[in-house]
Amino acid sequence: MSELAHGAHPQGFAHQFEDVEQQRDAGRLGMWVFLVTEILFFGGMFASYTIYRALHYESFVTGSHLLKVRFGATNTYVLIGSSLTMALAIRAAQTGKKKGQIIFWLILTMILGAAFIGIKLHYEWFRDYQEGLIPGVQWFYNGPHAPGVKMFMCFYFFMTGLHAIHMVAGLGILTVLVIMTARNKFSPEYYAPLEISGLYWHFVDIVWIFLFALLYLIGGRYPGS
Amino acid sequence: MSTSQEKPVESGVNYLNATYGIRSWLLTLDHKRIGLLYLGSITLMFFVGGMAAVLMRLHLTEPQGALFEPETYNKLFSTHGIIMVFFFLVPSIPATLGNFLIPLMIGARDVAFPKLNLMSWYIFITGAALALYATLSGGVDTGWTFYPPYSSLYSHTQVVAVALGVFVAGFSSILTGLNFIVTIHKMRAPGMTWFRLPLFIWAMYATSLIFVLGTPVIAITLFLLGMERILHVGIFDPSVGGDPLLFQHLFWFYSHPAVYIMILPGMGVVSELITAFSRKKIFGYAFVAFSSLSIAVISFVVWGHHMFVTGQSIYAGLVFSVLSFLVAIPSAVKVFNWTATLYKGSISYEAPMLYALGFIGLFTIGGLTGLFLAALATDVHLNGTYFIVAHFHYVMVGGAVMAYMGGLHFWWPKITGRLYPDLWARIAAAIIFIGFNLTFFPQFVLGYLGMPRRYAIYPAEFQVLNVMSSAGASILGIGYIIPLVYFIWSMRYGPPAGKNPWGAKGLEWTTQSPPLTQNFEEIPIVTEDAYNYASEAAHV
Repeated sequence: MSELAHGAHPQGFAHQFEDVEQQRDAGRLGMWVFLVTEILFFGGMFASYTIYRALHYESFVTGSHLLKVRFGATNTYVLIGSSLTMALAIRAAQTGKKKGQIIFWLILTMILGAAFIGIKLHYEWFRDYQEGLIPGVQWFYNGPHAPGVKMFMCFYFFMTGLHAIHMVAGLGILTVLVIMTARNKFSPEYYAPLEISGLYWHFVDIVWIFLFALLYLIGGRYPGS
Repeated sequence: MSTSQEKPVESGVNYLNATYGIRSWLLTLDHKRIGLLYLGSITLMFFVGGMAAVLMRLHLTEPQGALFEPETYNKLFSTHGIIMVFFFLVPSIPATLGNFLIPLMIGARDVAFPKLNLMSWYIFITGAALALYATLSGGVDTGWTFYPPYSSLYSHTQVVAVALGVFVAGFSSILTGLNFIVTIHKMRAPGMTWFRLPLFIWAMYATSLIFVLGTPVIAITLFLLGMERILHVGIFDPSVGGDPLLFQHLFWFYSHPAVYIMILPGMGVVSELITAFSRKKIFGYAFVAFSSLSIAVISFVVWGHHMFVTGQSIYAGLVFSVLSFLVAIPSAVKVFNWTATLYKGSISYEAPMLYALGFIGLFTIGGLTGLFLAALATDVHLNGTYFIVAHFHYVMVGGAVMAYMGGLHFWWPKITGRLYPDLWARIAAAIIFIGFNLTFFPQFVLGYLGMPRRYAIYPAEFQVLNVMSSAGASILGIGYIIPLVYFIWSMRYGPPAGKNPWGAKGLEWTTQSPPLTQNFEEIPIVTEDAYNYASEAAHV
């Protein structure tokens, strides 16, 4: 237990707790429970996806090949990179580095996150729109397996859309963290908000990795095929 | 009544009068005040939902329907179901008594995340406002189950607004469950080990697990339904190869466990009441505690019993049937253990105990008739009839609402520091019991004879039983209004309750009534098991 528990409490200590240790444990457990709810939230979609993919495999492969796999792959690297910079920001706080260094890693994380959304919007969704691949909004696909492809594109937009909303929320959280860091809220004794926000950020990345594999890479798609 | 002899507390400061003004309530972080905010909100929703029920029962006094067009009737039963399930029963005991009692019972100053707690109330209010707005601006006629393709393609009512209301309110459940899980894990007082926790806490823990694991699935399901309705394309639409049955699977994956969200907290309350009013330790503490958890776990694998007649595979039906029968085991464990607790106890019959005894009887009927519905063959006959309506009202109203009322009566002196008139409370409990049985027992018979649910008209031969049911509903309505009156009366005129008017065990009874804002002057140190009434008997 931290010796701070009995002396002066650091900034950010809430009255309902007995000591800092208890507060940190509670925050961490709370975020893990939240991530479990998120898994169930996306899980409903993944389960539906799995069922329909089994039922309409050919359509799903056809639909998958309409996606811009190069940009999807680029975005995967971008997000994995942002997970690294997030972890480095936490590490910097943990080891008591100057706040400038923490802010540097946080901002880099934000830039990568924003780049992900930018690529997604500009090179994928906008082109899908131009090509008439958005069901219910702009749809003029009439190639093979048209009904099933429409179904696949519904999944694609619902799943990547929900993921993008989580990315935007993550950028909001990062903004708050930057402000908190600038105001000297964190120290090697107290950096729990950074840590649990990091859990969230990594979770959103992991969801993307599953989305990338399940949406872009089905049907033996590789360069030269 | 066996009052302990301590005088009412005199310091005068408590969580109710520590600060004044509307802001001090709307921005409060005190779990006790948030519990009261929920109490006010869900009481309002209860009477809105109840109104719809009264109108339905009035309409059904005539075979051709006494009051409404069939479309209006459809909207009434949908409103009744949606409001009662999502905006009353699901939050009822957890959000009011749970919020108020969990920190007090485990010896904590507050829940782990007070701001999140307040936020969840605002989320709930937003969802409820959406649902009420939708009800007033045209209503919804899909039933509380929102089955597509009717809800996605054909209904001309406010499906999106209501579904959005339910979606939003779901996040309030998720945050409440998250808060409770962390609070129970991390905030227990020194010496309050897992097996010294009151059984109410075990029940709330099991409920929170379902909140956290089930609610996200209904959220995503309603999101998909809403998108399908707005964009006219989606994954339940057969024209693109979708399957409307998938909606039913996803819906019941949440909504069957939600049944246990409603009943498990009631079981927790009853465990407290039975021990307090028979002055005995609970029989088989560990069995009762683990039966809560096993009900929560099994509840996630039985949803298919809602779909026996939808054309799901017969083998799936068999498995779901067997699993559904399994739920009877932990449920029966509880009923038998409560009964064994009563055996040779020194039982007294104050109002909360009347509700608890009512719960045991009515829940047993509700539970046993559930077995008829879990059996594949009898379900074919009973599915979609009033038998189902009667069955789940015995569990939801006879069970969950009875326990909620019992819990309110039991902890009201702690919440307000005032006693209510016990005689009136006993009369109201008796009226509710009689009114309830008169309303819903005839519905078992109606269903068995084949009267389908959700119809605005019925064959003339069913009129006698329908009139009995409607008469019961009016008695039940009166039974619910009486407590409303004397509870409000007691807040001003009730005699002071003192710390522990029932002589009950539990940390919440060791602090003043109403409690301090920080609950305890000193965080207590727990040295004994829950319900240690034997130690007291030895002294008497």
